[in-house]
Parts: sequence; structure tokens; C-alpha cells
Amino acid sequence: MGLPLLDCFLNSNGTALAQGAPVPIRFGAWMWGCGVNPDRWNPTTEGAGYDLSIELQALDRELATGAKLREHVSILSDFDVKLDGRPNFPHTAGLMGTLTGNLPVEDYTVPAPTLDTIIAAQIGGLTRFRSLEMSCTGNPNQSYSFESQGVANAPEISPMALYTRVFGPEFADPNAGPFTPDPRVMIRQSVLSVVKDDRERLLQRVGTHDKQRLDQYFTSVRQLEQQLDILLEGPPDLESCSKAPAPGRESLGTEVGESMSTNQLMADLLSFALACDQTRVFSMMFSDRISGLRQPGSSSQHHQLTHDEPLDPAIGYQPEATEFVFASMEAWADFVERLALIPEGDGTLLDNCLVFAHSDVSLAKIHGITGVPMMIAGSAGGALRPGVHVRGAKSPTTRAGLTIQQAMGLNTESWGTRSMEATQPVSEIVA
Amino acid sequence: MRNTRFRTTRLLSIASLLLVVLAGCSSDTSSSGGGSSRAVEVDPGPVALRRLTAEQFVRSIHDVLGEHITVPSRVDPDDRRSGLLAVGATFAGVTPSGFEKYEAAANAVAEQALDTEHRADLVQCQPASMTSSDEECAKAFVERVGRRLFRRSLTGEELDPRVTIANEAANTLGDFYAGLEIALASILVSPDFLFRVEEAEPDPANPSIMRLTSVSMAARLSYLLWNTSPDEDLIAAGENGDLVDEDRLAEQVERLLSSPKLEAGIRSFFSDLYDFKQFDDGLVRKDNVLFPVYTQTLVEEAKEQTLRTIVAHLLADKDYRDLFTTTESFLTRRLGVAYRVPVPTADGWESYVFSADARRAGLLSHISFNALYSHPGRSSATLRGKFVREVLLCQDIPTPPANIDFSIVEDTMGEFRTARERLEAHVTNDACSGCHTLTDPIGLALESFDAIGMLRDEENGAPIDTSGELDGTAYEDAAGMGRALRDHPALGPCLVRSLYRYAAGRDTAKGEQALLALLNERFAESAYSVRELIRDVVLSDGLRTTSGPREAEEAGDES
Repeated sequence: MGLPLLDCFLNSNGTALAQGAPVPIRFGAWMWGCGVNPDRWNPTTEGAGYDLSIELQALDRELATGAKLREHVSILSDFDVKLDGRPNFPHTAGLMGTLTGNLPVEDYTVPAPTLDTIIAAQIGGLTRFRSLEMSCTGNPNQSYSFESQGVANAPEISPMALYTRVFGPEFADPNAGPFTPDPRVMIRQSVLSVVKDDRERLLQRVGTHDKQRLDQYFTSVRQLEQQLDILLEGPPDLESCSKAPAPGRESLGTEVGESMSTNQLMADLLSFALACDQTRVFSMMFSDRISGLRQPGSSSQHHQLTHDEPLDPAIGYQPEATEFVFASMEAWADFVERLALIPEGDGTLLDNCLVFAHSDVSLAKIHGITGVPMMIAGSAGGALRPGVHVRGAKSPTTRAGLTIQQAMGLNTESWGTRSMEATQPVSEIVA
Repeated sequence: MRNTRFRTTRLLSIASLLLVVLAGCSSDTSSSGGGSSRAVEVDPGPVALRRLTAEQFVRSIHDVLGEHITVPSRVDPDDRRSGLLAVGATFAGVTPSGFEKYEAAANAVAEQALDTEHRADLVQCQPASMTSSDEECAKAFVERVGRRLFRRSLTGEELDPRVTIANEAANTLGDFYAGLEIALASILVSPDFLFRVEEAEPDPANPSIMRLTSVSMAARLSYLLWNTSPDEDLIAAGENGDLVDEDRLAEQVERLLSSPKLEAGIRSFFSDLYDFKQFDDGLVRKDNVLFPVYTQTLVEEAKEQTLRTIVAHLLADKDYRDLFTTTESFLTRRLGVAYRVPVPTADGWESYVFSADARRAGLLSHISFNALYSHPGRSSATLRGKFVREVLLCQDIPTPPANIDFSIVEDTMGEFRTARERLEAHVTNDACSGCHTLTDPIGLALESFDAIGMLRDEENGAPIDTSGELDGTAYEDAAGMGRALRDHPALGPCLVRSLYRYAAGRDTAKGEQALLALLNERFAESAYSVRELIRDVVLSDGLRTTSGPREAEEAGDES
């Protein structure tokens, strides 16, 4: 157990174990708040080899493999969130439209499960963690990962806490010598089975609203049982797996330098966690939809600037607010770049990922939800064709979510409701 | 002692309408002035499971298992709905990542509760052997501790498997107390601990009325008044059926109201109402360059200052409304620096009365509110005004329209230098003025406090004008606004509504309006004594009866 895989154990494509166990495909969402300046962000040419607009220059980076980052990132522009007469709740309607395929009827509400939890429901049970949620905002209470309004997955806000959770004493290190199962893990399982026995008695005492909540609770109990099963199986049999080094010094907060540093530290840890198949689903909130990013010494945050800062007539945009668009794109590039650092099969970890970046609005100044910026990094193990710019011709943003579900192996034929119902995947990026 | 008690008589019930008569004060309370009998109909709202808030989780563990325990602070985050964690708690579920944290917390807590130094406090029997199982001793432990944590006795089906795993683990690990740890962990991760189960039953005297069971009332009282698990006496009263009997219920309520633990209950209610959890979560951050006095410790002490002020005022049975004009408070030396007043006590707290020229009259002049309802780099008259309207006066402020043109609210170095100048631009714009005329005059009175609550007279070189009007009462400054707020007719009724929602864990139901009106009247008659209000609320039929369990929410979107 725990021996490094030799290349001869891989099939000739290097994409699956020779015995047939496929290399895992992972999905993640990466969200930044307050959008872009569409005229400066949207590429002017379509297809592969699209021209990099001024606000996408961060994708010009060269990766360790020698390829350019842009070759791994597809751009989806000109896709809309459609209200069908519902209110455009500022920053909420656009976010929920894209992530759930539904528009909220009330502000601050979650109308349906978010994309990551739909995918986790399918593949989350295969790994130690059903999903990992992260945030660079320092707010422990908020992520954009919802199974429903009352079931919000809380994020890790501290890289050190993320490290401890994944790579703490429970982590079965493939390089740490022979594995012996911990009897305490088995005892913890027996605790959970006692709790499960309480189920029927309790369900009989409550109404339908609480039955749903208790079902959710017991689903979570089963999830932890699976985690414990996986711990008893010992270290993952994956060539690229090794224990992550402890993260460097952290400083939590919404000063832009703090958030960017947290993003880098978390991306480093995540890449190790994915390589060890500790989870296959993740989400990252780089900034709040009402972006609180700020520069030290400034009286205004990103979100305020998008509304308060005058449009400079000479240049046609808000210069101070736009600095945060650049910072967000740099952070996105930092995140993706780190996934490409770990070799896997004949490529990198990134090739076996699908990371969906999106914002809540297009132009924040007017809470625009037409042309909401979206990007997809990685090729999902060959299911997607990366590095393509597609214009959506005003079709719903849910086409991205539909494409993603299909690439992740879900049998979803349509997704979303009313005008947000998508039936056509973005075929230009499907391999 | 017991001066204004609700005496509740159920007279009749017609079809599905629950008709309940609350007969004002009973004869033994004629001294209180609220003498006349008044009848109101109550058609109460539903009950639902209430997930322990993070604070209740910690307090219950400390109370039952020992104050020495370090309880992991980040479990599943609280859900805040309708402005209250107490309402969100009746909707919150347990996510997979949340359960993972509850389980880790349970193991960590169980280990500390039974460490060699403290096990004798919890285990009142000596095991036959330290290195193997002892069924009898394990059973006694699970029975006793389980009852405190589940807030009722365990059934045999709940007890037996826990004793079994204690025995198995003790033998596997060769340690009796390690076995108890496992049993304790199985109690701490159970939904019967993490959720408070509120159950209803038909009232035998009138089976068409659903009342909360006596056992459910024990936890309801305890978490409302003490924000922690019921003590042995209250659990026993619950299990004896005392808490569906109005006299014996009233006796328990008196006992709880006169306990020192009431302070914790009052703190928790106001912390929840004012969203002070943001201080604990480190979310009240200020820019260190602009506000060099800012530290996390300073804002936490500012929160503590306000809570101490509230508790001292209300426990002395002073008029709730005077909180908004009082100059009595408590300070530390660190806070003294920010308030620019001398604090002789070097370490810790001292009571303090602000002089008139300190310009610190009323809670709204405290650093806590002004820092909380501000941005990291600047004050916000709108957030402060919205807080006063929504939280203190229970008035709705609509959300901003979607396609806002904020370009009129230009940067501070341009044409508009003060918040007033910037915000007055809204009032000339129809889409904005509807709400901003409600919020801004209140907030502008507080503009003499910057984003960290320190005094200032000008903004960007221009003098700050704090004058304005609150629903017909003109004022010149923050103190005047505080007086106008103190006399606002909605102030008292809003606290009644908020406390009622906090106690019931839900918004008020349509059929409760008459009851609320009666509670308002009695609150006024008691000279706005919050202790009296708490008593009236818990003894009212709105809290003792229910329409039944809450039905499932509408799922997602329809067509």
C-alpha cells in the first residue's frame, strides 16, 4: 500500500490507471465580486487563440510547462442572466441566476442549490471530503455554496485551518511508512451508528419542515461515515500525492494584498489536496459579491468605488475601481497557475480539473447582468476543449452550468427555469 | 415579588380559530396599576426545531460539563433571518462540513470534560477498574449528563447503545474514562442536543388548542432567560408537568428572572438584535492608516461597554427608553483613549458618567454602534439610519432599486465634502429619495462620530451639520436625536415585537396582533421595565401554545 505508481501502471494515454480506475476529475467554482468593464474585458476575437483584452492580461502568464495560461482558459462573454420580470436584486440576482439557474423572488435568498452542491451530490461521496469551501474575505459565515437557503456550506477562511483539516493528524501520508488503521476511527464510526439509531424516533416527533432538516442532518452523518471509511482505507494510491507543506504566514482580511495572499496559500494547499483525491469539489470566494476589497489607507472599498467613483471621461472607466478588476484577474491566474504546477499522468492536475470562474455582475456601476463574465479553466480530463473564447449571443449564463454538469459526467439535459432554462451546452468548448 | 402576572383563562374555541382570553392581571397584582382584565384572541404561529446557536452551544457545554473547557468556536455558522439568529435557528440545517466540525468539537469537548483533573466533577461513581468497562457507573454517567444535555431524561433506546459503546471502547482502549468520552461524544453530536425539539400536544382542557409540552417549555424558558441548558430543577419541573400549569410555570419564571443568569439572557438578546456577533467574528474592521486607534481589542471592548450599559440599566428596572439618552456607562482605559476622557482604572472596567460636553448621551453615541454601522474607511449615515429605522423602530426600509446611477454621489474631494452634501443629492432623485429621506436624517445626526465612533466636527474641512428631524421632532445634534428616539411612539412596541420574535423563534403571526397590542400596553404601564416584559411574553399564550409544527418550505422555484 502507498507505493508510488510507476508510469507503466498508466494506460497509454496516461489518463487512467491501467486497471481502469480513472484519474479523478475535479470541479471547482471561483467567484469574484463586482464584475469587470465589459468593453475592456471581452476579447475582440472568438475561438481558440483569442486576443487578450486589457483586463485579461493576467492570462498571458507562462506556466511551468511552458504553455501560456490562456491556452488553458476559455472565456464566455455575452451570456446573460434573464429576469423574466423579477427584480434585479443588486449583486444577488446575477449571482444566483448563474449558480442556481433560478432567480430569487426575495432579496438575499437562495432559490435552488448551487452548481457545486449539485455536482458534489453526485461525486462527493467518493472522497474524504464531499467538498471544500474557501474564502479570502475573512468572513467565516459566508460562502456561495448552498444546498438550500438554510444549508450553506461555511468556508475555511484561514489557510492554516484548511491545512489542519486536510493534512492534520488524520491525513494518511503515502510517504510515511506502513499504514495501520487507527482503532479510534472505528470507535468514532460506532458513535455515528448510535446517532443514526436516534433517527426514526426523532422523525416521528417533528413536522414536515423539520423532517427535511433532519434528513439533511442524517445525510451529513452518512457523509462523515464515508469519510471515516476512506480514512481506514489508508493513503491514496496516486502517483502525484504527497503531503502539502504547512502554509506560510497568513493575514486575513479584505485589503487586496491580504485577499490575494490568502488565495495563493489556499490554492497551494488545494492543489495538494486534489492530487491526493481528498476531495473532487471545491469553491472559492475570492471577494464578496458586494466586494469589500480595499487598498490600505483608502476610505472606499471596491464595491463603493464602482458606484461612487466618477467615470473618467478621458478614459471611459473608473480608474480606482478598475484596479480591483486587475487584482481579481491576477488572483484568478494565481489560482489556476498553482493547479498546473502538479504533474499528473501525461499532463498536469489542471488538465483533470474544471474550474469555473464567474462574477455576480458585468458592469457593477449599474448592476448589469447582461454579459456576465465567466471563464472555464482546465479540460476536465479531456471532456472540454480549453483556451477558446465563445460569445453567447445573449443566451442564458446557465449554458455554462449545463456544459459543466455534462462534462462532469452528470446526466443533465437541461438546467434552470423559465428563460434561464438551458438546453444547449456551449458546444464550442466541448471536446 | 410577583406583581404583574398574566392570568390566562381559555374560554372557548370556535372551529379552527383559536380564541384565547388573556385576563390582564390577576387579583394578587392589583398594586401594579395594570388592573383591568383584557381579553385578546391569539392564533399563534408554528414551532420548529431550533438549532443551538454558536453561543448556546458553548454556554450549554460550559454549564453542564465545566467552565474549563475550550469549545472549538467555529462550528456550523449561525443563520440570521428576519434580523435575528434566533429566527434563523429554526431554519438552520447541518451541512456535511458543519457536522464534521460538530463531531471534531464533540471529541475535543469530551476529552477535556473527562481529563484526569476534572472527571471527578462529572462522574459521581468509582469504576471497578480504571482499565476496563464498568456498566453500572457508565450508565449512571450517561443518564445524568445526557439528561442535562438533551434537556430531558434519555429513553432506554437512547441510553442502552451509549452504555454499550462506552463499554466496548473502554475495553478496546483499556481505559474506563476513554469509554465515557465516547459515550459523551455520542450525546454531543446527537440531533437531540444540537437541536432543541419543541413539541406540541393537545391541551386536555381544550383539545382543539395545541400547547407546548411541559418538557419543551423548560428549554424554551431556559434559553430565553439564561441562553443555556435548563438546570436540574427546571428539567424536573418540565418532566413533572409543572410548566403546563400556569401557577407552577409562573413560579419557575420568577425563579429564572431572579437568577444572576438572567444577565446572560439579556446580553444574548441584545447581541442578537444588534448583530453584535460581527464583533466576535472579527468583521468590524477599520483601516489602520485612517484610524490608528483601531484594534480588534478596542472594538470588542466597545461592544462590551454597550452590553454592560444595557444590562446594568435594565436589571435596575430602569425605563428601556432611557437607554437612548443615558450618560451612564462603563469604560476601560483603552476606550477612554478613543473617547478622549480620562479613565483612572488601569486594568479592567469602571463605571463612568459622561459629562454633557463629552457629547456621549445614549447608546447611539457609543463607539460600538458607530463602528459597526460604518464602512472600514468611512462612516455611513445610511447604515446607521437604516439600523435605527429597522431594528429600533421596526420600520421596513426597501432595498435599493436595481439600476442605480450613483454618479451623483461623487467622491469626497470633489464638489461634495460632507456626507450630508453627498446624501442630499439622493433626495433630489426620485428613485432614491423614498428610502433616503427615512434613513439619512437619523444617520446625519450621528455624523459627528467617525467610522470608529470618535468625535469630529468637520469632514474634509467642511463643518458637519447634525441637525434634522425624526418623524416630526426636530433636533440639533446626536443627543437631541437620542431624545427624539426615546420619545418615539414606535420605540417600545418595537422592542416588544423583537423580544417576542426572539422568544418564539419566528416572525409574529397575523393572529398575534391583538396579543402584541396588549403586551405593548402593559410594557408602557410597567414604565418600560424589560424584566416585566420578559415575564409577560413568556407567560402569554403566544409562547405557551402553537398552531403546530411548521410545514415544509416551498421548494426552490416553481414553473
